[in-house]
Amino acid sequence: MIENFTPLSGLVGGVLIGLAAAMLLLLNGRLSGISGIVGGMMAPKTSDVGWRAAFIVGLLLGPFIYILVTGGALLLEMQASVPVLVVAGLLVGFGTRLGSGCTSGHGVCGIARLSKRSIVATAVFFVVAMLTVFITRHVL
Amino acid sequence: MGAGMPRTFVALFAGVLFGLGLAISGMMNPAKVVGFLDVAGGWDPTLAFVMGGALLVTIPAFRIILGRPRPILADGFVLPTASALDGRLLGGGALFGVGWGLSGFCPGPAVAALVTGLAPVVAFVAAMAAGMVLYAWVFERPDRGDVRTKPANPQGV
Repeated sequence: MIENFTPLSGLVGGVLIGLAAAMLLLLNGRLSGISGIVGGMMAPKTSDVGWRAAFIVGLLLGPFIYILVTGGALLLEMQASVPVLVVAGLLVGFGTRLGSGCTSGHGVCGIARLSKRSIVATAVFFVVAMLTVFITRHVL
Repeated sequence: MGAGMPRTFVALFAGVLFGLGLAISGMMNPAKVVGFLDVAGGWDPTLAFVMGGALLVTIPAFRIILGRPRPILADGFVLPTASALDGRLLGGGALFGVGWGLSGFCPGPAVAALVTGLAPVVAFVAAMAAGMVLYAWVFERPDRGDVRTKPANPQGV
């Protein structure tokens, strides 16, 4: 049974994400991996803080523009309590750095480069996330 | 900064485009993401269309762009050099998968969702940043000779 399916807005949003990644690579020679861009600012030897900060400011400006244009229609439905979100946040932060990427870096940019590491990493985090949801929703 | 200014504006504009894409796609809503991951529930395949739409652009575009000798505003492309399927890649991917499944947040949508100012989003992103700092502290401390730093991989992909 398929529910809440919004393929057109999903496809349009995805194309914009792909264009952003292509633009950053063509002009700046950089990959659009969000965990790498954010995490690169947390490392002891930080380089290129300027472009990283600018990208993150843009990442916030994009939804802000969307809210302005659509008149405040950005729906966020939390799926866990704050304590669980904190544990999840720690896992996502540590895990994406340890695994060298997240949905954008491995999933969008790495697969596009046909990187074996990114294809495997993407398969791992999708399968583990699906198992996690299955256990928390249907077993516990 | 000087020569870096155009690159900073490009990064800002790419970020805006990326954030706009996330907002339009619906992927900033953790319920949509968990709806995709919940294959045994009321499955919502939207996430596959978002990734498909992005890859529809990046697969051909990256092939053309990486065929160029260099990017337009920089001296070279910064690309990952690692090729091994090692424990860190698999373990990191698995830890990320657990956190993603528990919350419905991955780094991009979570950071973008800070714009809502919602307390649970702030809590998630603060914890995520702490996890990244913890990683840097454990694996990238320059003063710790016993821990080898990863090969040059500034983009973290």
